[in-house]
Amino acid sequence: MTLAQIIVVTSGKGGVGKTTTSAAVAMGLALQGKKTAVIDFDIGLRNLDIIMDCERRVVYDFVNVIQGEATLNQALIKDKRCENLFILAASQTKDKTALTEEGVEAVLAELAETFDYIVCDSPAGIELGAHMAMYFADIALVVTNPEVSSVRDSDRILGVLQSQSRRAKLGLDPIKEHLLITRYDPTRVGKGEMLSIEDVMDILGIPLIGVIPESESVLKASNSGQPVILDQKSDAGQAYADVIERFQGKDVAMRFTERKGFFQRVFG
Amino acid sequence: MALFPFFKDDNKSSASVARERLKVIVAHERLQREQPEYFQAMQRDIMDVIKRYVDIDPEDVQIQLENEDNCSVLELNVTLPN
Repeated sequence: MTLAQIIVVTSGKGGVGKTTTSAAVAMGLALQGKKTAVIDFDIGLRNLDIIMDCERRVVYDFVNVIQGEATLNQALIKDKRCENLFILAASQTKDKTALTEEGVEAVLAELAETFDYIVCDSPAGIELGAHMAMYFADIALVVTNPEVSSVRDSDRILGVLQSQSRRAKLGLDPIKEHLLITRYDPTRVGKGEMLSIEDVMDILGIPLIGVIPESESVLKASNSGQPVILDQKSDAGQAYADVIERFQGKDVAMRFTERKGFFQRVFG
Repeated sequence: MALFPFFKDDNKSSASVARERLKVIVAHERLQREQPEYFQAMQRDIMDVIKRYVDIDPEDVQIQLENEDNCSVLELNVTLPN
């Protein structure tokens, strides 16, 4: 029996790149041979399915499983690009109150028997869906844009992880927190228009696992339903691949964090 | 730098403004998180009492609860108008 590591991808603020990150990280881990499930906790506003290009294959969802209307095997969608990756879609019709602590725990426990990683894509906010996504986590990826409201919300979420998670309530080792800065624009940082990596790290005080540059490739990836990590020609795709390496303990230098030089600007 | 204060002012980037604002708000909110639940209500009550006697702005009153080893200290700082 393997016992899966549960990763929550969270941020508090909406639109910072949680679902993009969940899709990229889940695909990245699966491509490394880890059996990975990715779950959309945004009940009523599902999006992971469309980012992963499986929206037409959703027959049963997470809530159906919790309510006993389908088995986990019926609801898990096997990714067509990577055999180690499975997606559990959110319900589009039901209310988020359908998520109960017992129900979520049962689904995670069943997945944990056969999977290496379970990636929980949290909805924005700090309400029930976000609470359920983080409650059972072992590891948190805190997705943050270098922008005041996002940093403030991330700090708020860190407080929630540290006081309201299962690990906090049971007095276990705390959730392992990783900062992931997304939509980073080194040129604007250089001009003093954007918070730097150091600024964000200094304020939030948690270790950095990666910096994803602002990139056209992210929109292209979501347009076509291909997790951006599959686009290894793109800066964002490569930055996510580095995150996977670091996640597995490898020491990989940060890239795409410096201003582009003259030649790169002309030819890049 | 003192020779060119105007230069320094002009040069203050929006990112550094963001950084300073964030440091203040985050420190404030972290303190709030550690406070007991009754604290906000008590804070409002204290404000109301002060307002009965002096016309002050919420910004002029700072109430903090500091926990030391085995005691808690309630610190009240009021800046009275001239």
